[in-house]
This record gives sequence, structure tokens and C-alpha cells, in this order.
Amino acid sequence: MSEERWAERDTTPERIEAALRELLRESHAVDATLVPARVLNLVVVADREWRGEVVNRLERVGRFHPSRTILCTVEDDRREIDGYATVSGDDSHDGGIGVLRESVEIALGASRLSRLDTIIDPIVISELPTVLWSPHSRDEAVQALLPIVDVILIDTDDPVYFDGPGAALARAAELLDSNVDVVDLAWLRTIAWRERLAGSFSDPVRDGLLDGLKRIYVRHHHGSIVSALLLTGWLSSRLGWIPSELVPGAGGASQAAAVRSGGGPSVSIEFDPVDQAIRGLAGVTVTGSAGFSLSFDRAPGGLIAHEQSAGAKPREWQLFGASRGEGGILGEGVRQALIRDPTYGPALQAARSFSR
Amino acid sequence: MSVVDVDLEMAGNPLVAGLERVPVRSTAIAIFGAMGDLASRKLLPAIYNLAHEGGLPERIALIGISRAKMTDEDFRARARESIDRFSRRRPDPDVLEGLLANMQYISGTFDDDGLYTRLGDALTALDAGFGTPLNRVFYLSTAPEFFPVITGRLGEAGLNEAQDAEVRAVIEKPIGYDLASAQAQNAAVLEYFDESQVFRIDHYLGKETVQNLMALRFANALFEPVWNRNFIDNVQITAAEDIGIGTRAGYYEGAGALRDLVQNHMLQLLALLTMEPPTAFEANRLRDEKVKVLEAISPPALDEVAEMAVRAQYGPGVVSGSESVGYRDEPGVAPDSRTETYAALRLYVNNWRWAGVPFYLRTGKRMTRKQTEIAVTLRPVPHMAFQGADSAGVKPNQIILTLQPDEAVTVSLGAKVPGTKMQIRPVNMEFHYGTAFVSESPEAYERLILDVMRGDATLFTRDDEVVALWRIIDPILAAWAADTSSPVPQYPAGSAGPVEAEALLDGRSWRRL
Repeated sequence: MSEERWAERDTTPERIEAALRELLRESHAVDATLVPARVLNLVVVADREWRGEVVNRLERVGRFHPSRTILCTVEDDRREIDGYATVSGDDSHDGGIGVLRESVEIALGASRLSRLDTIIDPIVISELPTVLWSPHSRDEAVQALLPIVDVILIDTDDPVYFDGPGAALARAAELLDSNVDVVDLAWLRTIAWRERLAGSFSDPVRDGLLDGLKRIYVRHHHGSIVSALLLTGWLSSRLGWIPSELVPGAGGASQAAAVRSGGGPSVSIEFDPVDQAIRGLAGVTVTGSAGFSLSFDRAPGGLIAHEQSAGAKPREWQLFGASRGEGGILGEGVRQALIRDPTYGPALQAARSFSR
Repeated sequence: MSVVDVDLEMAGNPLVAGLERVPVRSTAIAIFGAMGDLASRKLLPAIYNLAHEGGLPERIALIGISRAKMTDEDFRARARESIDRFSRRRPDPDVLEGLLANMQYISGTFDDDGLYTRLGDALTALDAGFGTPLNRVFYLSTAPEFFPVITGRLGEAGLNEAQDAEVRAVIEKPIGYDLASAQAQNAAVLEYFDESQVFRIDHYLGKETVQNLMALRFANALFEPVWNRNFIDNVQITAAEDIGIGTRAGYYEGAGALRDLVQNHMLQLLALLTMEPPTAFEANRLRDEKVKVLEAISPPALDEVAEMAVRAQYGPGVVSGSESVGYRDEPGVAPDSRTETYAALRLYVNNWRWAGVPFYLRTGKRMTRKQTEIAVTLRPVPHMAFQGADSAGVKPNQIILTLQPDEAVTVSLGAKVPGTKMQIRPVNMEFHYGTAFVSESPEAYERLILDVMRGDATLFTRDDEVVALWRIIDPILAAWAADTSSPVPQYPAGSAGPVEAEALLDGRSWRRL
């Protein structure tokens, strides 16, 4: 592991960029097998007081690390710009190459956010896609950076920074309309659940059951109602359902109904918050006709499936998959920035129907 | 079943659309030779990693089969040990426990009818217990002489088909020892299995780099206009290893470099490099193109072999600063062994695109370094504008696809040396996959096992492809076997190979390793 560092108070973007070039040159001079990664730029705008948490999450991104990470830490009253740059690399092995990664931290004041593009633009690697993550909803910064970013990473599940799920989903839709691609961490938390539901109804023994679903019951972490809405929004958009507005119930529960665009009985949709240490979904039950029901519940080592069918004994089994954790979700977000998910937009639109 | 068929099967399920990972039908995998090296080092860790990623189907069962007598618990303990030791990531204890709980073991010799009765009973019980007919994958991780035995007994026991489920047989290399034995093996396997059920693994094709070779050719307009005889002067394909035969003398003495690497991996690379673009990335269309181009390579007549093929053995030498013994002094190797540890060939692809372009292939053990690459050398510029000493650095462009130790594409260009004179020197424009996609590639076996479960045969070798590969190699093997008197050329361990191989190059040079 090699690491070269640089720091300067009251600096400029041009000097930071020059420092990065010099650090790369120094690293390469020390070990010619070290070459810079060229995947994407990740720009993070975070409140100074949450810097430690954000840095920890970025460190846990793991194998889908971006090439150049630019972390802007914002303090309301700060006037000057301080810059820190680090170039670090894994040692090469087997006579191969070692990959260098570049990190920049810029400490700046809130007054700079409206023209943050003029600070970031000279520092990003221009030929690579640029991904923006603003976990503390510094909307002024996001608006300023929109013209230079390709993908925006948001977490519509974050209740602290959105005024309710309706606002979170509306913001995601607004961003989708502004010619950037959106990678939503709340959506990524549903991947395993979507894959498992799709897999279950691909089994010939469940042929036709998808058309007869009558009830969807989703359990979720207290702060993850949007993941639950996106999962049911996805089911609705794929199965041609039109969801109604959410009706609050006791203890944070809520429910809605969905009508089938092709006619037929409506589908009852229920949401229930449960105590769970990690964010995301806790369980999903789909109930159909003739006594059929299938549940997936989060468990160590994956999900536990329970199936009930008329005239058959209940079955239970494990669906394998290690939990990614929140660091893994962010890493998956970085990876997804390189690909496109055509089902997110329709799922988002359907999910917004719950908060009309 | 091809990807197209898989997609059609899923077409009735609107939930599948847009998923990056297409669902796989619930499956039982029966591994014949479950106590062997391949199963321990590759198959069980690959299946674990699929479980870790959430890539296994809803219901999965694993049946280990071998001669050793042991209980299910013993087998699970062995499987745990293998996964702990060889998995590319540290196992998650809950995933591993769950996976082990889905494993069982059946003991028996492969020619024992009772084994197949017990296997059939186990599969029937799994179907009933899981409440769904499981697809069956019979993975033949055994010595090749058992392939016909196992497929024959499976067929006689009626296990080559199942109601409402797909049955597939996976066969590991080597597929045959020569053309005749490969044809005999194919015929025996196809007696009970349809070709669409047979998945012949060349794990090289599961490597991301090899698949990237197709992406490079068919997803970039840059290369296609020059990818023909009008612009390409020659192609060198190298698979060099710095290691010797290790403890594999028993296998290697009977195989040699030509069978071990050229007949399968290197000719596959040649086929992917030279084939016409398939109309779709679909199993049979891709394999049709590979077969066509392999059939365009004329096998040599016996008396032509000496002019187009060189064999050699490594002698004593120095590798990485340490003394190294020669091949004939390796434990288990006959002192008068004629088995080649190095093979080099000159081949021509006789079709409209490639007529007259020589393809030079070389592979060897105990060479300077570990390097697998394809070097495509273009023709020189038609007129040299830079005269005298200034032109000395003008070299033909090369496109180099490196597979090992790193995945990379390098294009060599002529560029001006900074200064007041117009002096040219070659420079490299490099692209390293590892720097453009900072991610850990899955093991080839993970991809291939998943493809078998999905029924996607794109990265597997079809029967006519096996025949086309052997047809090229067979005369060379025959000529070398017939020559029992002339000395086998030697090259020092740690060198770039024998001087005799230079003669194949028509005045050109091998690329430096």
C-alpha cells in the first residue's frame, strides 16, 4: 500500500488539481507499476459535522471504489477554501499493475455552494462520468453541479433530509426529469427482494399465481418506508396496477389499494414498520387466491421463505445471500452509476401514487 | 437451451424485465468426483460464492458423489474445509451453514448400477421435499475415461431426462486424447444426451478477459476496418508460464503442451480473434462462427509438420534467481521423456479475411515470465516520409491484448520525440481493465456454473467445435509420436524458449516476454 499526501490552506481548485497531478507523478516514480484508476469521479457534498460518518461510509464502499473522490465538507460560516489531496494505491502483484485512487477533500463555506460547479469542474477527470452524492440535501450545491454531473446518487429513504416520503419521491422524479441519471439507494435496498419475487414466480409450479395476487404486505425498518413504496411501486408498474393514496393506520402502519388496469379485483397493499437494526425491508408477503401465500423475511445469511398453498403442508427454506451492509449499498450505488436500470422510473412513478 | 430460450421462458413473468440477474430455475447439482481436486479448489468455492452473492436459484441441492465411503456429515465437513480454504472471499458463516445443510453425499463406483438407483431416489426425494421438479445438473468432475461410463449409466437409469425439468451434463476437459478418442467420447455421451444438454467446459472461456476479447472486436468500430489481411501482417499468440509441471508429472507426461494448452485454450483464442461477427451473442450463432473459422485452418500433412511446428523441453536453468532442474529431472518424469513442455505453431486461416496472414502460437513452461497475450502486428506504412536516422523509430503498429497477468489492451504508435528534429519513436497507448473497472472479477467457474443452470451454452464447446479443434492438432501429434529418434530441442529454464522456434517466423521475431 502506497500513499502520497498534500494539504494547503486557503487554496484554489487549480492548485488542488496541480497537486493531484504531482502526487500521481510521484507515486508513479516510486513504483512504475502503479497507474491511476479511470472509472468515475464521485463528488460528495456533506455537512462538516457529519464528515466522520461520511468518510467511514466511503471507506466501506469496497471493491467498487471510484477513481477520484472529491469530498466537499460544508461549514456555514467558513470563508476560505482548504484543500487536502491523497493518492493511494494497492501494491502490484504477480508482475502486474497496482491501481491508484485519488481522494480530495475541500473544506468550504455555504456561501460557495451556489457556484460550486466552478470549484469542482477543474478537479474532476473530464472524460469520466461524474457521480454526485449529497447526503445532507444541500440543494443549492446540487443545483449548481447538475450541469456537470452525469449521475446523481440519492437516498430517498433518508427521513432526516426529506419532508416525508412524498417529498423524497418527488425530488427523485424532479432529478430524473433534469437529464441526469438517478441511482437511488432506497431502490438498491430492494434488489434482493425484487430478484427473489421475480425468481419465485418464474417457477412453473407457481404459473398463473402472479395474476391472482390479492394482498401485498411489506414490513420495513422505521426509516425505510420509501424502500417499501418503491418495491410495491415496482410490482404495480410491472403488473399493471394503479395504486391509491396511502391511508395511515395505527403504530405507523399504512395501507392502500391498487386497481388492475385490465380490470379485476383490487389488490390490498399494507406497510408495517418493524424494529430492525439495519435499514431497508424486513419482510414481504404476497397472498393470492386458493390459499396461496409466499413470504420472505430477512434472516442471517439471506432471506427465509415461507410458502403456504391449499392442500399442501407449509414449506420453509433459506434463500442465500450475505448482507451487503450500508457500505455495500453505497458501493453498489457507485457500480450502478455505470449501468442503467430501466425499471426504476416506472416504479418511482407508481410509488408516487401512494402520496398523491 | 440458449439465452433466447431462457428469455422466452421468462417472458410470461413481467417481474423479470430489467433485472440485471435473470432468475434461475431451482436446481440439483450432482458432482461426480466430488472428493477430487477440481471440486475442492474450484467447484465448491464457486457455488459458495454464488450463494454469497445471492446468485443461486430459489431452491438448490448439492449431491456429492465419489467412491470414498463417508456420511453426509463427513462430506459437509470436507466441503466446509474446501470453501474456507479456496473461496475468493471469506465465507459468511450463516450462508455457508445454510448451503452445507443442502448438501448430501452418495458413495459408489461410477460403474455401479446401485449408485444411479440411489441418485435417482435422492433426486425424486428432493423434488417431493421441495415441492417443485428441480432441474438436474450432472457435473462430471472425473477423469475422462469415466465420461462415457457415467453418461451411459445415467441414460440407462433414465436420469438423462426428467418430467417438467431440464437435465444437463457438464464435462470437463480434456475432451479426448486425439481426434479419434474425442469423436468416440462425443458419440458415447450423445448416445443418451442430446447435444443441447451437454456443456463441455473450457474454463478459459469463462474468464472475463476472453469475453472482453469479443467486446473489443464487436463493440468498437475502431478495430474492424483493419481486422483483415489488408492491414494485418501477422499475429502472435503467447501463453507462457514461469512455473514447471509441479506435481503433475503423471498427467503431463501423457499430455504435453500441445494437448494441455494449444488444442483448447489457444485455439479458442485464435477462433475468437478471427471469427466473423455473429449476428447475435447467442450460443449456437457464436459457435457456428467459431466452427467456420476453425474449419478454415488447414491441418498440416504429416510431412509438413516439421516446417510449421516446433516442440521442445525445458532443460536446467535459472528462474527468478534460483537454479531450476530440467524437465527430464523432474520427479515422475522419464529420463528419456519426449513429452514437449513447449510448442510453437504457424497456422493460416484460409478464408477471404485472413488468407496469407501467419498466426504464430507458442506456449511453454518454465519460461521467462507468466504472460498470456495476443499481439496483432499491422503492416508498415506504405511510404516512409521520415528519412534516414529519423525514421529508425517508425515501427509497424501493434495491438496487444494481454490476458495475464493483467487484462489490458495496448496500441503501439509512432510519436515524435520532443525536440527540434522530427525523430520518431514507438510509444504505447495502454488501457488496463483493472483501472477502468475497479472491481473483482468473479471466478470463471462461477460464471460457467451459473450459465449451466441457466441453460446458456454460449461459453461452452459444442461437439463439432471439439472435432474442429482436434482436426488441426491431430496430424502434429501423429508426426511427433512417429518421430522417436531425432533429439527433442531443449531450452534453458527461465528463457524465452528454444532457438528452433525462430525458424517458424519467416524472418520475423517472437515478441519479447
